[in-house]
Amino acid sequence: MTRPLILLRRRLVGSIFVLLIVIIGSFLLLEAAPGDAVDAYIVSTGGDAGMIELLRHRWGLDQSELTRLANYLWALLHLDLGHSVTFSRPIREIILERLPTTLILMGSATALSFGLGSALGIYAGARPGSFRDRFLSIGSLALYAVPGFWLGLVLIVIFAVDLRWLPIGGIESLASDKTGLARTADIATHLVLPVSALGFIYLALYLRMMRAGMAEAWRQDFVLAARSRGLSRRRIVLAHVARNALLPLVTMLGLQSAQMLGGSVVIESVFAVPGLGRLAQEAVAGRDTPLLLGIILTSAVLVIVINLVVDLAYAFLDPRVGASEAGA
Amino acid sequence: MSVVRRFLRTPEAIAGTIILAALFAMALSASLFFPGDPQAIAGPALLPPFQDWSLPLGTDRLGRDVLAELFHGARTSLAVGLAAAAAALVIGAIVGTLAGFAGGLVDEILMRTTDAFQTVPGFLLALAFVSVVGPSLSVVVMAIALGAWTGPARVARAEVLSIRERDYVAGARVIGMHPLEIAFREVLPNALPPVLALSSVIVAAAILTEAALSFLGLGDPNRVTWGGMIAEGRTVLRTAPFLSIIPGVTLVLTVLGVYLAGEGVVETTAVRRSLS
Repeated sequence: MTRPLILLRRRLVGSIFVLLIVIIGSFLLLEAAPGDAVDAYIVSTGGDAGMIELLRHRWGLDQSELTRLANYLWALLHLDLGHSVTFSRPIREIILERLPTTLILMGSATALSFGLGSALGIYAGARPGSFRDRFLSIGSLALYAVPGFWLGLVLIVIFAVDLRWLPIGGIESLASDKTGLARTADIATHLVLPVSALGFIYLALYLRMMRAGMAEAWRQDFVLAARSRGLSRRRIVLAHVARNALLPLVTMLGLQSAQMLGGSVVIESVFAVPGLGRLAQEAVAGRDTPLLLGIILTSAVLVIVINLVVDLAYAFLDPRVGASEAGA
Repeated sequence: MSVVRRFLRTPEAIAGTIILAALFAMALSASLFFPGDPQAIAGPALLPPFQDWSLPLGTDRLGRDVLAELFHGARTSLAVGLAAAAAALVIGAIVGTLAGFAGGLVDEILMRTTDAFQTVPGFLLALAFVSVVGPSLSVVVMAIALGAWTGPARVARAEVLSIRERDYVAGARVIGMHPLEIAFREVLPNALPPVLALSSVIVAAAILTEAALSFLGLGDPNRVTWGGMIAEGRTVLRTAPFLSIIPGVTLVLTVLGVYLAGEGVVETTAVRRSLS
């Protein structure tokens, strides 16, 4: 079997355990929340005490905790996340509706932070200890200290309120009937501020990692070898030093995905972007615990998938990864 | 003494120490300078900053003194940040030590649980926890710690794995010490330094998480928080942006101060290690 496939199989087995723990954890939180699914259902549809009794029995909520956990798992196996009170709709439908927006937001923000962050990191790490290196290091530290939601508000004040260059929030203009390319451009202008607010915070992380990795790589023998072969400085920086510092950043890409999902909750709330994060805030406001847990489970699956993809990419990039497992 | 002097030699550490000292002074003197309820009405609503010297930073939408709120908010930010980080470090150190020292099935279960906590976005977990249990200061601290203990746990485990093979651990076994006693009295104290090195990052993250939670209205409703102030100011963002910008600036300074002081500590200890 090829190396990445073995790695994939091992990671998948581990992921199933991890997911199971997440599910049990969210089941416990669901149990701790006041009221159950029947209360929620009755609130949204109405019904009398007899109806409540009947529903509790039919949904198996009058059974022991272990049976209920089994029922919960069984429902999840059928991708049934339950019913939302606040929206009076199945939770899966709502989440699937909101997911693409969040993925676009996260994808763009990741591209921005990774691209610009590693580029600036190369610029700083090309001459460790120089003025531009110190300036960028301190600057990125300051940027890393900025809360994303506050940066979002400041961007709104500058670019939407004062300069009026960009829309203040939402994902597209209301009732504009735009189609095709015009609509895409409209959505893109709406995304500029939220993507910047989310991306700029994490940019600092990639910049600092790239810079630190390069400072480390400069001391390695292969740099000395490259120098002694008389390669140009530019070639040494890009092809030798930066290239070696780049790999850890790829791993970070996966580890950061969970953080970024969390960060998108506040950013989507600030900019009124109808994604998964804003949905989480709506679930909290509506005291809709099943919906909130549905979002958490979806995010967990998303994070697991992203990390699997990153691991596979890593295995292709670095032949050492998983080599021992394949040999065994 | 020489350690302190060496610490204060790096410009980062000096800047960080000054910022943090100012913040602690703010937090400690809040009741002295601004006795009484900081959420009480102090003057006309929406007074801009630097107009009236009895209300230097102006008032908010309800006429509350912004400077008083800022001072009392420093208290909440620092208290929650430090308490949550301490809780995360303690939980992480215990879990990591148990996993690393016990090995086998215990290790497997504890580390898969750590994976699970790392898979769920920490902020979403905190959000869910606070919304289920109800917002109060201690719940917010717990909620933040829930998403922050995984890093310390991993570091502690890695450290314990190398320490448990040392001679003095074997010695403790020979004299018949209980394994739990060995784990927590002999191994854990020696595994702590790299775990504590994470403190500044965790405190900073905890302060930011607290701010985000209270920004979304999930902070303790009886306390002034900077995140809550920013959320308040947001409703009048067009006419009075200063109400959101001022608490945000103090928030940035606080987190920056924590990072800078942390970098100073790391640099000082790194120098000390290379000297010894």
